[in-house]
Amino acid sequence: MIHSPYVRKPASVQTVMLTVLLGLVPGVAAYVWQIGAGILVNLAIAGISALAAEGLILRLRNRPIRPAVTDLSALVTAALVVLCIPPIVPWWLTTLAVFIAIVAGKHLYGGLGQNPFNPAMVAYCTMIIAYPSLMSQWPAAGMLDFDTQLKLILGGARELDAITGATALDTLRTGLRAGTATVESVLQHDNFGFFGGRGWEWIAGAYLLGGLFLLMRGVITWHMPTAFIVALAVVSGIFWLSHPAQFASPAFHLASGGAMLAAFFIVTDPVSGATTPLGKLIFAAGVALIAYLIRVFGAFPDGIAFAVLLMNMCVPLIDMKTQPRVFGHREGPSR
Amino acid sequence: MITKLFNFHGGVKPDPHKAESADAPIRPAPLPPMLVVPLRQNARSQAHCIVEVGDKVLKGQRVGDAEGMLGTAVHAPTSGTVREVTEHPMAHPSGLSTHCVLIEPDGRDEWVERTPLDYLKAPRAHALAFLRDAGIVGMGGAAFPSHIKLGKGSGIDTLIINGGECEPWITCDDRLMRERAEGIMAGARILFDLIGAKRVVVGIEDNKPEAIDAMRTASAGLEVPAEVVAVPSLYPAGGEKQLIRVLTGIEIPHGKLGSEYGVQCFNVGTALAVHRAINFGEPLISRIVTLTGNVARPANYEVLIGTPVEALLPLAEPRPDTDRFILGGPMMGFALPDLRVPILKGSNCVIAASPALFPSPQPELPCIRCGACARACPADLQPFELYWYARSRNFGKAQEYNLFDCIECGCCAFVCPSHIPLVDYYRFAKSEIWARERDLMASDKARERFEFRNFRQEREKEEKAARLAAKAAETKAKLATREPAEDNLAAVPSTEAEDPKKALIAAALARAKAQKAVVAPRNIDIDTLSPEQQAEIEAIDARRKSSANAPEAPGKAPADSSPPAQVPATESDEATRQ
Ligand code: SF4
Ligand code: SF4
Repeated sequence: MIHSPYVRKPASVQTVMLTVLLGLVPGVAAYVWQIGAGILVNLAIAGISALAAEGLILRLRNRPIRPAVTDLSALVTAALVVLCIPPIVPWWLTTLAVFIAIVAGKHLYGGLGQNPFNPAMVAYCTMIIAYPSLMSQWPAAGMLDFDTQLKLILGGARELDAITGATALDTLRTGLRAGTATVESVLQHDNFGFFGGRGWEWIAGAYLLGGLFLLMRGVITWHMPTAFIVALAVVSGIFWLSHPAQFASPAFHLASGGAMLAAFFIVTDPVSGATTPLGKLIFAAGVALIAYLIRVFGAFPDGIAFAVLLMNMCVPLIDMKTQPRVFGHREGPSR
Repeated sequence: MITKLFNFHGGVKPDPHKAESADAPIRPAPLPPMLVVPLRQNARSQAHCIVEVGDKVLKGQRVGDAEGMLGTAVHAPTSGTVREVTEHPMAHPSGLSTHCVLIEPDGRDEWVERTPLDYLKAPRAHALAFLRDAGIVGMGGAAFPSHIKLGKGSGIDTLIINGGECEPWITCDDRLMRERAEGIMAGARILFDLIGAKRVVVGIEDNKPEAIDAMRTASAGLEVPAEVVAVPSLYPAGGEKQLIRVLTGIEIPHGKLGSEYGVQCFNVGTALAVHRAINFGEPLISRIVTLTGNVARPANYEVLIGTPVEALLPLAEPRPDTDRFILGGPMMGFALPDLRVPILKGSNCVIAASPALFPSPQPELPCIRCGACARACPADLQPFELYWYARSRNFGKAQEYNLFDCIECGCCAFVCPSHIPLVDYYRFAKSEIWARERDLMASDKARERFEFRNFRQEREKEEKAARLAAKAAETKAKLATREPAEDNLAAVPSTEAEDPKKALIAAALARAKAQKAVVAPRNIDIDTLSPEQQAEIEAIDARRKSSANAPEAPGKAPADSSPPAQVPATESDEATRQ
């Protein structure tokens, strides 16, 4: 016997994931436009790796393969991994990262819906620790043509140090650490555009666009992106206002690194994030704060991935402490 | 007077499918060959049968007397002959049988003598008893006795008439409001007086403009402050507590009646039934039923209570690919396990379902914690947490997350992208919890019995000792004084012996009570259950039995569970409680 409700909204995990992929389209398009089409090759490699990893592990776990492979969640993970790592990493690094995301990040915890950590961030953190130099080679806009990118991805000789710099964030920090330089002077470097890394600002804007699309479609709620952006702006604003010579502006921080990608696509991962409205605000703001501190005072080029993992650990506590008031359970007399 | 509207959290917008039957005027359904009138009209109480096989009965003649606090009377829906008083399957997900009076109509439809009630002159208690004996219960589905809801006749500010009808497909209340608005408002007027309200508010979903117009016209003629309010169409806006919230901003917590919060709510059909009963002396013997879904002729029929569903269906001409029939709406109704079941006072709709109209759900995937369910839940619950705890049989946690505030509206399952039958998990968890609390009570009773026996043995010993002492004292006194007042003297020691005895009894009782308080179920105080809660217990319990019978229990985890084995204990336990 099947029980009520007998009608269902035409929603599925597949459509949710498809919407997320669509939301990434503007960002990827801007990426191609600014940095080059190499990213598409990476996406293809990652997509195939993700499906292969998913199929393989489900086979080992003796679980049905079809529903899990067709729900598109693996592709979303793959796309996020690729968009977080540099666009010219060799193919095996992409594949390895995706395998780590799917196998260690997702299936070791029980598969779809069970993972306490954001799989893409698990993969990113592992990679940056294992391959710090490869993970730090970020080309600036228009620096490498497609052929060069392809060669690099497919494993050509890497004599890159001359042509690829670090990210804007990295440059800024190294610049500041080097001695008496000020933000002002470091930003003269041609790695920088209007706000952040040259070219990367456009991509950040495109992520924002795609994120608004997700908001519109109801796949994410306003809480996380808003809290993330506001928290990052506020904390960087405080430092910037107190020492403008030493700290970059909020606009720089928001347009650099994966801030926008994180705001709309990474902290919003439902499985590993907080779920209550207040919990979401706390979670996303927490990520922004920790990410800022790592960016500015830590040793890694960008702190978002570590921040996400740290906050992932707090999710059960956050959720437990922020349960919304249930209907009729108003404080005090209800009239 | 402009009523400010409030929101309730969540809600969903399923495809309304009202157009199919909304234009079908109410027509009387033909007399079926046999009427099956259940003596048990609500989950809690069963009427006491006062007719015998072979009796001739008239339309509206009482065949069952109200019994118990939640009892209401039951009447013959038409004139005819009582053919049988027997067990018959009921309109319930379980298809359980209950006691029914089977009446064969004689076709004359001859009324019993009808006496209206001048309720303004009659004492209030009399008017309530009159409604009880007219068999008036809530017609929105729960069939809760109306005279109980009328309460003590004071402290109610707002009387709400519920014309929400938010479930898809159903149009019986819509038609009723369009066609019999005057009667509904006349009934509202009576309820208004009996309840001592200060104003009447009729809430109707704004997708029923004709009904709103008709009700506005009718309410204009009322001499009491009345207002017809269009509320946004959002399922479950027609749920009693949701409608109260929308119209007044008041939230009635789980397990509480509106009267404690100054509001009370009646369905439009109930209001009309009250009008017919008080002003015309007609008991509640028919209701409007929508026949719709996969049928050639969607319709609204005025159906005698007790008409078997199978006698009704041909009127709508179900199409051949119909695979089951749903009683009630698609969000909260259930597929009828047996078509011989009779229409009850709360049966509002029969939907012919086909695989095309109601496709079987897609395979269940793991929860991705997307929170869509929480955003849809009108009770502000976190359905996925409840699901998680229900599934892992962590019922304590499920209760901590307010499982019992779930109204089983189905919004969460409606939106879930993983197609998890969430409500089934909650039903399962609730019934398991009830079963456990029952077990606990049963063992409590055993413990009490045991303690009482110990206590009695103790007491007997003490008494014996006291008696001996008294006797000794008596003899001593006699020996010592031999005065004429010996009787008085003899009485003294014996009363003294009485006192420690009493203290002992009191102490033992207090001990037993304290112990009982310690082991009593955490959330539910069985002794102080509200009538609604009791009704809920019954419903849940019956469902639990049904799920024990059902071949496919919900979901994977529940299916693994062994069916509850204490059904007989439950029955006897209930008997002792009544
Ligand atoms: S809607 Fe379904 S998948 Fe989403 S959180 Fe709720 S139960 Fe989980
Ligand atoms: S069925 Fe229960 S948990 Fe689900 S939406 Fe309705 S009230 Fe909330």
